Amino acid sequence: MAVGFWQRLDQLGRNMLPFSVTVMAMLLSMMPLPLPGYSMVTPPLVLMSLFYWVIHRPDLLRPLVVFALGIFYDLIAGTLLGVSSMSLILAYWLLITQRRFFLGRSFVMLWIGFAVVSIGAGAVQWIVYALTEARLLDARPVLVQWLLGVALFPLPTYLFQRLHRAYLS
Amino acid sequence: MAAIALMMVGHVNLGVVDQVRARVTDAFTPILNIMSRPASSVADGLEYVRQLVDLHDENARLREENTRLRQWEQTALRLEAENRSLRSLLSFKAEAPASTIAARVVADTGGSFVRTMVVTAGSRDGVRRGQAAMSGQGLAGRIVQVGERSARILLITDLNARIPVVLEESRQRAMMAGDNSDHPTLMYIPASTALKDGERVFTSGHGGLFPPGLPVGIVRVDASGQPRVVPMVDLSRIEHVQIVDFGSTEGLAAEQGGRSDSIE
Repeated sequence: MAVGFWQRLDQLGRNMLPFSVTVMAMLLSMMPLPLPGYSMVTPPLVLMSLFYWVIHRPDLLRPLVVFALGIFYDLIAGTLLGVSSMSLILAYWLLITQRRFFLGRSFVMLWIGFAVVSIGAGAVQWIVYALTEARLLDARPVLVQWLLGVALFPLPTYLFQRLHRAYLS
Repeated sequence: MAAIALMMVGHVNLGVVDQVRARVTDAFTPILNIMSRPASSVADGLEYVRQLVDLHDENARLREENTRLRQWEQTALRLEAENRSLRSLLSFKAEAPASTIAARVVADTGGSFVRTMVVTAGSRDGVRRGQAAMSGQGLAGRIVQVGERSARILLITDLNARIPVVLEESRQRAMMAGDNSDHPTLMYIPASTALKDGERVFTSGHGGLFPPGLPVGIVRVDASGQPRVVPMVDLSRIEHVQIVDFGSTEGLAAEQGGRSDSIE
């Protein structure tokens, strides 16, 4: 009985990994860094984490969880409530339908895939904000953020992979 | 699912959302506070190395500045005395001295569209909505959301920030409006007003939200002829803020009544 309990707890902890990694990514992306303009173009760490886990372990990151994460992000970051949920859920949906395509492909394909998904997410946010403000907004921060995200993509993904191999295989 | 998201967007105007925001931010602030410490140590380290490099020049510059400031100090003391005596002649009612609350910035959030910061002081420290947040020499923003132990600052560069200001020399009043760029614009300036590049901008105190005379920035007319304000503070490097409590409930009344500026 006791063994069963601890085993289950252990398994639960391991299964929580994608979720906790995404939460950490969310908090990390809010850290103030004294770089000029950094807060405008913070790399989308949450999206990177989502991208990795949805492709490799979609069973451990459910759509409702993703939605809730988006809401938490909006609440803490002071962004319009629902925007992050929407962009994350759309990314989730896109990934889950294209998952087979990405599985087993080379890293470069994943990289290109992330570039596509993240520009999509950026565009969704831009459109929502432009609609709520009823005017065209400067799209340059979105583009810079996208480039930065794509450029940094390999590093967090490498870390996710290490974590994945260490705890979930 | 997208429909649910849209529904949430539609609910944005509810006061409930604000309360939930305050609660959630409250809950996460201690975590953010701990997490941001290594980041700020790294930043301090980099700053230290950078300072070592130009220590010598910096010292020379400061000596020179010090002699200059000493002269200014004499002038200021003389003027202060003169001002005091003139005020006593007029029986001028001085404003209540403002007290400040210091807080650490723990999250610099919002991504590409929103300019806000979360700080570690809340209602239990005396922070109220509408108070001004200063950093060093200038105005950084305004408190828009207060939790028990955290508060959110809407920076002066945010799309929704509107601050009544006055230009130092021409005494021209204007509305400073953020547009998510680093330099907010000045609105409602009559075309006849001659704007001087480098003129200083202060809060005017109109609308009762802020005390008058907080330094905000410097006027700069950009390439397209649009007057803008270069903030005194480097908003991307704020580590601590001072929240100014100028001991008046007027500000809150003005906010509830007139809504002179809007937050989402």
